[in-house]
Amino acid sequence: MRAKVHVFLKPGVLDVQGKAVENALHGLGWPQVEGVRVGKTIEFDLKAENAEQAEAEVKQMCEKLLANTVIESYRVEVA
Amino acid sequence: MKAAVIVFPGSNCDRDCKVAIERSTGAKVDMVWHGDTALPSGLDLIVLPGGFSYGDYLRCAAMASLSPVMAEVRAAAERGVATVGICNGFQVLTEAKMLPGALLRNEKLKYVCKPVGLEVTNAQTRFTAAYNGRREVEMTVGNGEGNFFADEETLDRLEGEGQVVFRYLDNPNGSSRAIAGIVNGKGNVLGLMPHPDRAFEEELGSADGALLFQSALASA
Repeated sequence: MRAKVHVFLKPGVLDVQGKAVENALHGLGWPQVEGVRVGKTIEFDLKAENAEQAEAEVKQMCEKLLANTVIESYRVEVA
Repeated sequence: MKAAVIVFPGSNCDRDCKVAIERSTGAKVDMVWHGDTALPSGLDLIVLPGGFSYGDYLRCAAMASLSPVMAEVRAAAERGVATVGICNGFQVLTEAKMLPGALLRNEKLKYVCKPVGLEVTNAQTRFTAAYNGRREVEMTVGNGEGNFFADEETLDRLEGEGQVVFRYLDNPNGSSRAIAGIVNGKGNVLGLMPHPDRAFEEELGSADGALLFQSALASA
């Protein structure tokens, strides 16, 4: 199975990288852009009986290492 | 008096910490590799140094906080051993949930490296007793992700319980409520972004950091 984990700073946590990208986009002629957030995607293969089991494992990985839930939220896709 | 400095792959202030502690306190300092599963016996102080553990990959200090030696550091801290995390070491302590909050990218996205004035917000801790009531000290910061963040409730609790130990006089990185250093509820685990290890004798511009190490060891 292939897992994709998307990690973003939680709403309300200032994303200065997102702000910088937003300002750059404004400067390049897209003043209509707002609310830019920069996150990351972590992809990997894992062996699992089924998608539910894989998703449960990946969520544990997120809680333990892949995300810091004090400041970040995560979303898991398994296919 | 005996201290240990934990060395992670990518730590770059580990030897500075050793020299700073030795010269300011005369304590014997052991270097402990992050993969070790035991600490030297009879430690009075553990220091997690600054640097870029694991290249700051994934998140600053995320992987360092899960290093084998951290289980020992956590156990020692629970027994009451004075534990100080400086800069990347502070990030390790928050990632390990030994201190609340997190360190975000600096508000202006700039790496800030300069001497800063600090308010000694709580002079009653085991890390600040030697300041003898002095309200202002100077140390150097060097960080790109030193912007202390915690939710409002946590910040209120930290302030209410006297856990804010140092505050920036002129906030260099956007830290919530200008917080530069905090202690845990028990008062024996300190995390701070400024470097006492870069301010331990006058030739470095300030010797104020020496008093922090002296306080920590005098309390042991």
